[in-house]
Amino acid sequence: MSAVKQTQFINKNQQLWQDFEQWLDYQALSRWAKNSKKNPVEKPVDIDLPHAYRQICHHFALANSRMYSPILVERLNKLVVRGHQTLYSTRTHIMRDIMHYFSGGFPSLVRKEWKVVAIAAALFYVPFIAIIIAIQINPDIAYSIMDGDQLRSVEEMYDPDLHERLGRERESDSDVLMFGHYIKNNTGIGFQVFAGGMLYGIGTLFFTLFNGIFIGAVFGHLTHLGYIDTLYGFVVGHGSLELNAIVLSAAAGLMLARALIMPGRKSRKRALIDDGKSAVTMMYGVATMFILAAFIEAFWSSMVMPVMIKYVVGAILWTLVGVYFWFVGRGTNSDQIDTKASSNSGTFSP
Amino acid sequence: MALDTLYHVNTPEGISLRLSPAGPVPRMLAWMIDIMIRVGINTVVFTALAFLGKTGLGIALIISFLMEWFYPVYFELYKNGQTPGKKSFNLYVTMENASPVTPAASMIRNLLRFVDFLPFLYGFGLISMLLTKRFQRLGDLVANTVVLHKPLEYPIVSNTKDDNENSITPVAPPLALQLAEQQALIRFHQRNAYLTEERATELSLLTGKLIEDDKQQPTKRLLGIASWIMGDRK
Repeated sequence: MSAVKQTQFINKNQQLWQDFEQWLDYQALSRWAKNSKKNPVEKPVDIDLPHAYRQICHHFALANSRMYSPILVERLNKLVVRGHQTLYSTRTHIMRDIMHYFSGGFPSLVRKEWKVVAIAAALFYVPFIAIIIAIQINPDIAYSIMDGDQLRSVEEMYDPDLHERLGRERESDSDVLMFGHYIKNNTGIGFQVFAGGMLYGIGTLFFTLFNGIFIGAVFGHLTHLGYIDTLYGFVVGHGSLELNAIVLSAAAGLMLARALIMPGRKSRKRALIDDGKSAVTMMYGVATMFILAAFIEAFWSSMVMPVMIKYVVGAILWTLVGVYFWFVGRGTNSDQIDTKASSNSGTFSP
Repeated sequence: MALDTLYHVNTPEGISLRLSPAGPVPRMLAWMIDIMIRVGINTVVFTALAFLGKTGLGIALIISFLMEWFYPVYFELYKNGQTPGKKSFNLYVTMENASPVTPAASMIRNLLRFVDFLPFLYGFGLISMLLTKRFQRLGDLVANTVVLHKPLEYPIVSNTKDDNENSITPVAPPLALQLAEQQALIRFHQRNAYLTEERATELSLLTGKLIEDDKQQPTKRLLGIASWIMGDRK
């Protein structure tokens, strides 16, 4: 045994350990519990966290090298872990980070990953448009993609004869219902498209192609029937966000796949961690786009109004989305944001 | 040390933290508790909001969407990495270097939960956990997180619980003890509070020479020697 016996060591430092523990407990309380009048919490002794933490680290190291009892070592280990967690926790400026993200981080991340985004766009839009065209030439193709019941129900939704006026096909109180439905359904699909990238991209590939073909079949079939204004008038507004959000979630999924398939000079795990950070940074924007799209779809697309207005607003929205991803965040300090976004998990965490 | 799943993280202060990752079984049980809580909340929300008609149903759908994807994120970020299920099994989520889980990491590991769940009931997640040293599912690998056991509380029990007649007098050991032997005695002293009396006696009787002088109360004798080693003198 060493010069200082365990009991003396404990007696000497017990107070500091207790103060430290109490201080941590107090910090862990919610603001509400701290100010609660019913069960007032006593404010513990103020400690100098970095100093106290280093001292306890020192005690822990001493206790280890002097081979004090495992229970004491365990207790100090626990204190050190808690101190470590508190001292090295990250402090974020959420509002500022969000501002930064949408005013530059998100669009410049999309531009930086333009190759992946282009592939994702091709995966979705090429089958989508190809199927629409193919159905104009040979309408039967629609029936080999969807069954008769599905097509009939889609027809009913957009049949101009069934709706006296264009637009609102449902009661207004169902707007909120549809809002909830679109959020749950569409955003969920976006998340699945992204997560599918972890299966070497197969999941992303499958969901993106499937959605492109399926939506293409609906559009092709209805176009062939001539339900132009009911369909495109309804879809053009929110489509600008929704369709491109699917493309971007596919891009985020492909970024994971890229890390798995061609990690480059990093280990696969390192590549996954790094690319995962920028991919999830992209998903913040994607989720926002899905929610905005759901909002437009539920409350604007379903409104009754001349179809020209729908087309004009739709055109404006598509232009805005294009301008946003093409121009916003360029020049000023976009490059910095760019690298920060990829190397540093982006803006939501420092 | 190498036999179990513990691993060490070096901090900037030059010490190494000892961490123990949690395996599939406690995590699965914790998940089952969480899923029951989520189903419970969903049921309540849908029944309560059903009175508001379609609007209520819409709100309920939004809530269930949030519950599906962000329930763990909320708890990981604001409740020290512990969902209620994890809390009940003394588990918590941290970054691999034992610093608190970051928002981005929490988002990643919970969005990727979807692939871990494939092909059914966390199949890929389980395979990944069995193939990695620290029981990481796919989401953990990308997010660089681990799920750890929180060390159990073993408060240092002072053996003064029986102050008067049974109080322990420090005794010098009858022969010189080696370091490992001294440590074993200290360990015994501290674990004593968690042992039954019979077991303690049984263990003490194994020490032969040490207790020869006091065969009547071997435990007490041994505790006396232990507290002498730890520096108690009376």
